[in-house]
Amino acid sequence: MQASRTGPSDGAASFPDILRDAGLYALVALGLCIPIVSFRTELSQNSALDLVPRWGLVAGLCAAVFVVRVLQRLVLARRDARKALTPSAHQATEAVHGEPNAGQRVSRLAVPVFVGFALGLPLIAVLATGGLSQSRYWIDLGILILTYVMLGWGLNIVVGLAGLLDLGYVAFYAVGAYAYALLSTTFGLSFWVCLPLAGLFAALWGMLLGFPVLRLRGDYLAIVTLAFGEIIRLVLINWVDLTGGAAGISSIPRATFFGIPFTAGDDGFAARFGLTFDSMHRNVFLYYLILALALLTNAVTLRLRRLPIGRAWEALREDEIACRSLGINTTTTKLTAFALGAMFGGFAGSFFAVRQGFISPESFNFLESAIILAIVVLGGMGSQVGVAVAAIAMVGGPEMLRNLGFLKAIFGEGFDPSEYRLLLFGLAMVAMMVWRPRGLISVRVPSVALKERRAIAGSLVREGHG
Amino acid sequence: MDVFLQQLINGLTLGSIYGLIAIGYTMVFGIIGMVNFAHGDVFMVSSFVALILFLLLTTWLGLSSIALALLIVLVLTMVLTALWGWAIERVAYRPLRGSFRLAPLISAIGVSIFLSNFVQVTQGARNKPTPPMLNGGITLLDQGGYAVTLSYKQCLIMAVTAVLLLGFWYLVQRTSFGRAQRACEQDRRMAALLGIDVDRTISLTFVLGAALAAVAGVLYLLYYGVVSFSDGFVPGVKAFTAAVLGGIGSLPGAVLGGLIIGLIETFWSAYFSIEYKDVAAFSILAIVLIFMPSGILGRAEVEKV
Amino acid sequence: MTAPIPQRDAVLTVEHLSMRFGGLLAVNDLSFVVRRGDITALIGPNGAGKTTVFNCITGFYKPTEGMLTLRHADGTGHLLERLPNHAVNRRARVARTFQNIRLFQGMTVLENLLVAQHAPLMRASGMTVLGLLGVGGYRSAEAAAIERAKAWLDRIGLIARADDPAGDLPYGAQRRLEIARAMCTEPVLLCLDEPAAGLNPRESLELNALLRHIRDVDGTSVLLIEHDMSVVMEISDHVVVLDYGVKIADGTPGEIRSDPRVIAAYLGVEDEEIEAVDAEVGLTVPVTGAEA
Repeated sequence: MQASRTGPSDGAASFPDILRDAGLYALVALGLCIPIVSFRTELSQNSALDLVPRWGLVAGLCAAVFVVRVLQRLVLARRDARKALTPSAHQATEAVHGEPNAGQRVSRLAVPVFVGFALGLPLIAVLATGGLSQSRYWIDLGILILTYVMLGWGLNIVVGLAGLLDLGYVAFYAVGAYAYALLSTTFGLSFWVCLPLAGLFAALWGMLLGFPVLRLRGDYLAIVTLAFGEIIRLVLINWVDLTGGAAGISSIPRATFFGIPFTAGDDGFAARFGLTFDSMHRNVFLYYLILALALLTNAVTLRLRRLPIGRAWEALREDEIACRSLGINTTTTKLTAFALGAMFGGFAGSFFAVRQGFISPESFNFLESAIILAIVVLGGMGSQVGVAVAAIAMVGGPEMLRNLGFLKAIFGEGFDPSEYRLLLFGLAMVAMMVWRPRGLISVRVPSVALKERRAIAGSLVREGHG
Repeated sequence: MDVFLQQLINGLTLGSIYGLIAIGYTMVFGIIGMVNFAHGDVFMVSSFVALILFLLLTTWLGLSSIALALLIVLVLTMVLTALWGWAIERVAYRPLRGSFRLAPLISAIGVSIFLSNFVQVTQGARNKPTPPMLNGGITLLDQGGYAVTLSYKQCLIMAVTAVLLLGFWYLVQRTSFGRAQRACEQDRRMAALLGIDVDRTISLTFVLGAALAAVAGVLYLLYYGVVSFSDGFVPGVKAFTAAVLGGIGSLPGAVLGGLIIGLIETFWSAYFSIEYKDVAAFSILAIVLIFMPSGILGRAEVEKV
Repeated sequence: MTAPIPQRDAVLTVEHLSMRFGGLLAVNDLSFVVRRGDITALIGPNGAGKTTVFNCITGFYKPTEGMLTLRHADGTGHLLERLPNHAVNRRARVARTFQNIRLFQGMTVLENLLVAQHAPLMRASGMTVLGLLGVGGYRSAEAAAIERAKAWLDRIGLIARADDPAGDLPYGAQRRLEIARAMCTEPVLLCLDEPAAGLNPRESLELNALLRHIRDVDGTSVLLIEHDMSVVMEISDHVVVLDYGVKIADGTPGEIRSDPRVIAAYLGVEDEEIEAVDAEVGLTVPVTGAEA
């Protein structure tokens, strides 16, 4: 059980100790690999299972665990040694007014740089890849990331500001998508009419689902919202008459440029604006559409934070009982958070439907909720910039796996890096939480100040319980 | 009446499995107040471990006695799955103890995603059928062409569950580990001050929870004869529902809840619609949490001002 | 209503209040009156049910039995036991502090005081809609709210720390801030749960001054739970003594000090020892009184 004793005190552990500890880890890894890695079950011709031994892989994994553990211990030892020399700001007896550190100075520049980059991405992509159609991959990736940024920002209202743990956020994404799909296919309404309707519809669902769970706290709230999310998905699968069941809804009207379709015909977008037709026009338009929606979400959230409702949300996250003693109606305050978060989820859902042209319940499973929540928590709850960075890391990072084709040279032809996308995603979630439990940007910026706005350390900020 | 009796048997069998998984949820929640989201996937991993071990014993080592093979599989699977439980707690939960409250939940979701995809990558995405074992059963009632049968599998599942639960009950109620565990549930800091090794107690809790999930995994494999990498989530949620329904933190509650959920699921499928059986389970979860969050055997909490 | 005291005098009338938790009767048939413009102290040994009474008054608990009437100066009455929790503050205008301070620790001192002015600011922002669009008088309303907060910060000596997180303040300052936050809701009755707990003697004197100021200048009646007898005897106009959920005495500080039942309840001693204790309690008063 020696391996179980790690802490700040063993920062000065000797190298043989570290090796022994890493050896134990490797041994445990060996135990974990038996038999799930060491034998692969293969269906044979007569549909019985055959076992294929793979001890080489097991050895490789154990070695990897060994190396990673040694490196981790060395890094930790250095960090602890450094920490021992610098007292934390919380040990100070008087208020510390430090100059902003490098990271904080960079983060001041970060927002304009981000927005500028986001605005210019299509141009950059076209220039870098040498043509509109060649830039498709990057623009599509941009759309994907921005969708998650928007979802993250929407959920941030519920989780980050109001402190209400929602594991079923994807339900509102689904409601928005289906609302758009059904309204446009049955009534032929245009995107710009459907978008607000879908948002309102999702907000209504947010209130409906929010109402019964108001009394619940923490993990229980998370589980009930998860249950609601799953119920909505299962209903979408089983209510075939309305939703088309598992097959979903296809041929959803595509996005138009304010009424002008992106078609090759005479009244198409290209012809009207004197351009040569390119199917990428639509993608670029969609890119700017989701960027605008995401920025709208951000602007509204930032504005709300400075309004009494936003302060009430944050106060609710800090201490619900104190809120009630100050005359704040916690029921309506929570419901508005649910409704607004759901509304932005609904907007994002409409966008998803109009972009894909096809939706099915498959796209709205629990994993999506988990990804969005992970983005919010990893970003640092309440931090808009953090959420954007986390969305890029969590969604963009796994995408990069597709580009690691060279690994085939190492692991053989059958190796497909994107197969490991979710595996690494799960590992990354654990690693990030262990590394930064409070997320990338854990400080809170006050909504108002008399003299200067100083960031509040994350350790003081509560994460909410309701 | 015969349909009812048959469904009763099926429901109790299913409920035994849910109950075994539910104990893992309820113990962990009791001791560190977190929903171990990955528990369902630990159960799924154990099913795979059992499957491979069974194949190893029967086809490679040529063990002819199915009963002996099953016994060895059960014991080995418990040990190996317990190691998973131990390792998960050590790597993904312990560093987060006492930190930001959401972090362990996110970490657990990460472990859950990792485990299901780990199995998918290492074992493939297809359903894995087992060779048939333990066929036949006892016909209890046969009238009008409808036979109510109690299969040997079902007998075995209920018997194993009962025996293990008794042993487990003894462990928690009568041994020093059980005492340490209950002390940690009440007040971890005070327990530590009184010389209880809290880390070790929590580790053991995860180990035990995983071992019981492993029993459930073996029995699940035996009962359904097929397992796939995605089989952790839904049984996991149902078992969690069972734990909540019985009153989270209460061990008899977990078993009781498991049996109730198993019965509801089989009766719902038999009399209403099979498509909406998971909707029923999730609805029960939501309803119980909203209207009776302390469950059947749990203690009610009073809001402290 | 059969209150023995003229109604215009009473800001809060508690009649036959009982609160039961399962088998435990925490408060048993309690009746007392808090008079307008008074500082009333609710005292009693640990576990006497004082905080339970507070939680009933401020709407956190629904009393098992009894009637709690709050009367504003203009004569409008509110039955507190029928109001939802938050409406006790918003409509009946009863504010409170907590035994274990409940500040919004991760928010700044100023933000804490702005959250307390939620209702008027909410109206000014047109229930968020107008404020979101940037129309209406939200900007000026917020400026006014900040001015009010600044005035309070001046009074409690925390103006220099307005932009610091509340959780970083020293204990005594947190207690004062919590009172200021409660006062920002413009209450008719302010309920303080052990405001002097954990304060040093100097802070305790400052607290006395602050409470007098609240009573005399703001015209807010105060009901407080307190263990520190020097505070109770020094500033309260009226004292109610609870023991095991039952009222055992009710009167001026002078009357309470010489009440044998009170002393017995506090110290659990025979009557003959009371005089010694009496002298001790009496001793503490002139000392602090001289300093104040």
